[in-house]
Amino acid sequence: MEQDINIKIIDREGKAHDVQAPTDMAMNLMEVVRSFELAEEGTIGVCGGMAMCASCQCYVLSDTELPEMQDDEEAMLSEAFYVKDNSRLGCQIHITPDLEGLEVELAPES
Amino acid sequence: MIKTDILIIGAGPTGLFTVFEAGLLKLKCHLIDALPQPGGQCSEIYPKKPIYDIPAYPEILAGDLTHKLMEQCKQFEPGFTLGERADTIEKQEDGSFIVTTNKGTKHQAPVVAIAGGLGSFEPRKPLIHNIASFEDKGVEYIIKNPEIYRNKKVVIAGGGDSALDWSIFLSDVAKEVTLIHRRNEFRGHLDSVEKVQELKNKEKINLITPAEVVGILGDKEVKGVVVKQAEHIEKEFEIECDHFIPLFGLSPKLGPIANWGLEIEKNAIKVDNSLDYQTNIPGVFAIGDVNTYPGKLKLILCGFHEATLMCQSAYKIINPGKRYVMKYTTVAGVDGFDGTRKEAPKAVVKKIE
Repeated sequence: MEQDINIKIIDREGKAHDVQAPTDMAMNLMEVVRSFELAEEGTIGVCGGMAMCASCQCYVLSDTELPEMQDDEEAMLSEAFYVKDNSRLGCQIHITPDLEGLEVELAPES
Repeated sequence: MIKTDILIIGAGPTGLFTVFEAGLLKLKCHLIDALPQPGGQCSEIYPKKPIYDIPAYPEILAGDLTHKLMEQCKQFEPGFTLGERADTIEKQEDGSFIVTTNKGTKHQAPVVAIAGGLGSFEPRKPLIHNIASFEDKGVEYIIKNPEIYRNKKVVIAGGGDSALDWSIFLSDVAKEVTLIHRRNEFRGHLDSVEKVQELKNKEKINLITPAEVVGILGDKEVKGVVVKQAEHIEKEFEIECDHFIPLFGLSPKLGPIANWGLEIEKNAIKVDNSLDYQTNIPGVFAIGDVNTYPGKLKLILCGFHEATLMCQSAYKIINPGKRYVMKYTTVAGVDGFDGTRKEAPKAVVKKIE
């Protein structure tokens, strides 16, 4: 089994959670948040992870190198609210060993 | 008053399959959905995306699944109240329920099946400080009647298909159409993007990118919008208009159902999964993505199963004491309410000489 990685997730109430995310289950960051129930069901991952709803928007706080943004993620973020320069869609960030130490904050629900 | 046996709230895959299962038990269904077309998320969010876990379909597009479910249930002649949201429920003395929509349409049925998915789709409203005071006074989040824009000056904001398609459509109706988007790139069908380009070149659409609307001007009614454009140097300017139409997509909200006295947990309705997916209100069921119970999975195939069991209980409520055993469609065939009959061809019995 591959190693879990450590991620810090700040929820929508501002509370920080240190979680261990598996790297061998093809999970993305949105799914990690759901699996630890850090955002209320129905308020995150609404489209299921197709970069079509922005309910999993988060702000990347660490300088972890992330996979480059694809067109659909960029397009969705350009229509989303509360977007900042460090906004990403959690569903487009796949959990890999390279993300060890990642820190993110969930964007407000909209 | 629309009267039926099972009133289904939500015309997504689970709601549509309920019509079929209820029809086998000779129960009639009527569906209410906030969207203007059946299919729920499958037609609204991802009609062109494939689904791989519908039993016996190695791959099917979400839009095609909707069409097939419509075809499968059509002989049971479901009624539809589309583009209206179920707002209130009132229990009657005879045990039936009256459900009224936001437009005042009343429906009465002895059984209500909530198949509402993640909730009803509501427009996403941009964060403009004074937008709420202009709603229905020149700000519209959904275009219901394009004629109200005839010979008016219209500003549309958004970068997806609906912003593109309505800009194209209204360029023929309105006096002036301005399309504002935060980026130069639009996400839409290629022909829509090309058409907007063509109309921009012909000066039929005034395109402002990358920019966003940051304020609304006017006294009681919209007189204009404040636009912030961020190319090269940031600047703010005003555009005169009669209507501002922000089109930033829809997001599902549980909405008024949350106030129906149902037990809610994790934004979903708690049901009895040991039996029939009934809620804490007898006669009201919740099936598909809208419900929750230990081990719940929000899968279309689970919604189909839940719908099937729910219909058995609905039969008992509607026909108290009446005997019935489940029949296989292969054996019994399918008798539609429209007089059609589907049945297995008879076996050939013939002597071999």
